[in-house]
Amino acid sequence: MIEPIIQFVDVHKSFEGANGTVQKVLRGVNFSIKPGMTTVVGGASGQGKSVTIKLILGLMKPDSGQILVEGKDVTVMSTSELNEIRSSFGVVFQGVAPFDSMTVFENVALPLREKTKLPKQEIRKRVMESIEQFGLKGHEDKFPAQLSGGMLKRVGLARALQLEPKIMLFDEPTTGLDPARSLEIYRLFYKIQKERGYTALIVSHDIPKIFNLADQIVVMHEGMAKIFSSSEEIQWSNDPVIQDFVQMTMGHIYQSKSENE
Amino acid sequence: MQMVLKQIERLGEYVLWHINELGGLALFLICAIRGIFRRPFRFAAFLNEIRFIGVNSFVVIFFTAAFTGMVLGVQGYYTLSQFGSEGLLGSAVALSLIRELGPVLTALMVTGRAGSAMCAELGIMRITQQVDALECMAIDPYRFLITPKFLATIVAVPLLTLIFDVVGIFGGYFSGVILLGVNPGAFFSGMEQSVANQDINLGIIKSFYFGLIIVWICAGKGFLLYRARVGFGSGSVSRVTTRAVVLSSITVLIWDYLITALLL
Repeated sequence: MIEPIIQFVDVHKSFEGANGTVQKVLRGVNFSIKPGMTTVVGGASGQGKSVTIKLILGLMKPDSGQILVEGKDVTVMSTSELNEIRSSFGVVFQGVAPFDSMTVFENVALPLREKTKLPKQEIRKRVMESIEQFGLKGHEDKFPAQLSGGMLKRVGLARALQLEPKIMLFDEPTTGLDPARSLEIYRLFYKIQKERGYTALIVSHDIPKIFNLADQIVVMHEGMAKIFSSSEEIQWSNDPVIQDFVQMTMGHIYQSKSENE
Repeated sequence: MQMVLKQIERLGEYVLWHINELGGLALFLICAIRGIFRRPFRFAAFLNEIRFIGVNSFVVIFFTAAFTGMVLGVQGYYTLSQFGSEGLLGSAVALSLIRELGPVLTALMVTGRAGSAMCAELGIMRITQQVDALECMAIDPYRFLITPKFLATIVAVPLLTLIFDVVGIFGGYFSGVILLGVNPGAFFSGMEQSVANQDINLGIIKSFYFGLIIVWICAGKGFLLYRARVGFGSGSVSRVTTRAVVLSSITVLIWDYLITALLL
């Protein structure tokens, strides 16, 4: 039995709404992620997908429950302990969160400059290598505002991978990208995972496309997590909620096909 | 009865919110000071901030100082000439600039020019998750973002104040001596006799505190944007910036009174 690297144990989280209403986003979420595996967290918008990432990173505290990373509960950690855990993460945010007053080169170099004592030339060499690997050559002196959405995602990915993280967290990697660019991002992600063997957690509503990447799919619905091991299992599920979800995310494609005929 | 209870509840909530806000700013100050001692120190970023807050404020400070000095020269001349004591113009101009107007006006100009920019920059970094991104990389955002601004402001404001004083005195010289014909020897000798080291020290101490107030409130408000109830998105940045500039300016004026009363 391999120990899970990330584990959610009965996690509850609610948010205060506009006029004092309380919105329960997570109502007892349980799932675990084994090392080296790719887990996709899916579900409609507002079901708390991105919240799971913030909880893992300790940017947010749950109302109750435990979140274990390598067996240690991040919900009770001090800032210095959190920093230690965070060093093993690579994160790409929904909007990538590039440092917008820094160039592409400086963005990618930042983790190396701040967290390692490598000499300047070595940092330059490594950063240029990964800029080339991510197809950003010739753009290294541009600022984030001058890049397209797909390029920005690649900058985020390059930056997150600089310190060779054990765990990659990827929030909505393909939001706002056209299908060709989304596919390109997934391929890149998959290729690098094969090389480096990190554990991946991808939050996405782009489920059908991402199915092939996943070893495990967690579907969030009404505050609960339903776990599936493959796309087939989801498609054949008897659960009406999941059937709805499958229809919503995939039905659309079939519909447009029949419309064409 | 229900109405009264509701009002009391609202008042309580208002007070609690302000205490919470104040607590947030106090914690911010502690973390910012702690950030100064964390390594590695970002010297290049510090120099960059000195350029932005200090060097780039020079023109504004120069013009404000020159015209303030000139107005003081004219006003002082007409008041003093009624008593036939125009010779005191030099000391009147110098004392009011060094003790009061230099530190206060410099602080207000820096608040408007650099404080607002600082607040908006940090606010935008907060709403675009750049601060979160730093935390996720286990980079202390205080050391990385706040320390350079913090040190640069408390170094730059006193220096700008000294420049303000000198330029202002020459402004007063221009209007008083060159335009209105006060004796130049009397202008400077009066100044030499009446301005003591203590006055200059008071001005520098004041401006140091003002620098601290500016960076504390402006950077703090922007950095803690999520705590302020100012809504979301770009509107929240503009509202929090306005608040920060107003609060910082008022605090400078109040502190000016308090510190003058204490030290004089």
